[in-house]
Amino acid sequence: MAVSVLIPTPMRKQTNEQDVVEVNAGTIASMVAELTAQFPGIERRLTDDQGVLRRFVNFYVNEEDIRFLEGKETPIKDGDTVSIVPAIAGGC
Amino acid sequence: MSKVLGMRCRECGEEYPMNPVHVCELCFGPLEVLLDWELLDGKLTREKIEKGPPSMWRYWDLLPVEGPPTVGRNVGFTPLVKAERLGREWGLKNLYIKNDAVNHPTLSFKDRVVALALTKAREFGYTTVACASTGNLANSVAAHAAEGGFNAYILIPDNLEQGKVLGTLVYGANVIAVSGNYDEVNRLCAEAGDRYGWGFVNINLRPYYGDGSKTFGYEIAEQLGWKAPDHIVTPCAGGSLISKTYKGLNEFNRLGLLENGGKEGIPTKMYAAQAKGCSPITTAIKQNFDMFRPQKPNTIAKSIAIGNPADGHIAIETVRKSGGWAEDVTDEEVVEGIRLLGRTEGIFTETAGGVTVAVAKKLMEQGYFGENETVVISITGNGLKTIEAVTGKLGSTVHIQPNLNSLAEALQTENLLASV
Repeated sequence: MAVSVLIPTPMRKQTNEQDVVEVNAGTIASMVAELTAQFPGIERRLTDDQGVLRRFVNFYVNEEDIRFLEGKETPIKDGDTVSIVPAIAGGC
Repeated sequence: MSKVLGMRCRECGEEYPMNPVHVCELCFGPLEVLLDWELLDGKLTREKIEKGPPSMWRYWDLLPVEGPPTVGRNVGFTPLVKAERLGREWGLKNLYIKNDAVNHPTLSFKDRVVALALTKAREFGYTTVACASTGNLANSVAAHAAEGGFNAYILIPDNLEQGKVLGTLVYGANVIAVSGNYDEVNRLCAEAGDRYGWGFVNINLRPYYGDGSKTFGYEIAEQLGWKAPDHIVTPCAGGSLISKTYKGLNEFNRLGLLENGGKEGIPTKMYAAQAKGCSPITTAIKQNFDMFRPQKPNTIAKSIAIGNPADGHIAIETVRKSGGWAEDVTDEEVVEGIRLLGRTEGIFTETAGGVTVAVAKKLMEQGYFGENETVVISITGNGLKTIEAVTGKLGSTVHIQPNLNSLAEALQTENLLASV
């Protein structure tokens, strides 16, 4: 078992059109590093020049926003699902 | 020749052709429509607009569609009401209510964004449309889908007010109630993405949807006699309306359509209104945070209960840039706001409107508005949709028998004559 990462449509060019990618357990930060190793170029989508997670990208571990957890240091374990979701409009 | 050049990322500036995509592939920033100002500058006049239809489509030249509207032809151009009685109560001589509670056809400002998004959806060739909604968008997408003969899939949180659920089902839409709050519905919709080939109004059609809100700002200015007001108080959920209203006013200024515009910009200050139970935007502004922190909503103002606002950053920037401010109010104040607007102006607004009125009152008390300055309160939805919020809080009926004695008795005991 590993951690499943759901890749949103606008990022699938970087993952050769794969919509789910598996990474090892660790943290959101280690996931970003592993995705970058697998798919060069993806890091720039996920983090800015300073390595901070981009403000229009939301990360969820098992449906919970990581900003309610431990942010970049949120642990992920085997069997978890991470969603990467662009911000979406609504309300007014 | 198209009046639209394409789209540009608001965050990093990358440009894209006009397609049903909503986020930048480089940084996930929101895409915005780029109008061809060379075609527009100096050519769009007040006279031309005034000759247009009494709807949002009088501003067709500034909207990102190629052809005429194919749905929602009668949307918009709602009343800008001079609020004399409420103004007197607050000591404001130029207080106005922009009343989208009577927008056609589904009684909220959402009809603006949907008329545009579905007209664009047809231009893109979609036959099925969808949305994630806190209620008002659901009503509007379902109604306009019916009008235009689209299939519709509407995803809502499963705790919505009955009026909003029935007001969606009646149009024959497929309504999917998701066990969770709006932010969870939204995430699900983003994950579903374009898996089904739907035109998702607030996802892949978002840049077009968003521009419908500009007409709210255009109308305020035109109805004030081609003037930008001094202050606008606007409810914030995802944070789009406040920035699009401001954008609309600035576009009018750019075109030289405003009496009080000019090179130094417009005088309008924008104020964000939220409920305390869901206040990521107002909290960030009041505490001077760079970024908002998401919240788990808990408020009766469900239509604006978005804890993770997509355009939150832009809303915050808009407020700061314009020199405005933000406030938030308790659920009790929301109900009081609804009652106040009803009692003084005869306008029944939904909970979001209660938030906006109550916040405007707070800002007035804090001295933000000058006595003679022009203040506009944005009323975005209709009270008949959220009667649960005020049930049991508006007093009760006086029950009598159908005879004069019973009537006379009631008038005495209930002390009603005093108020006649």
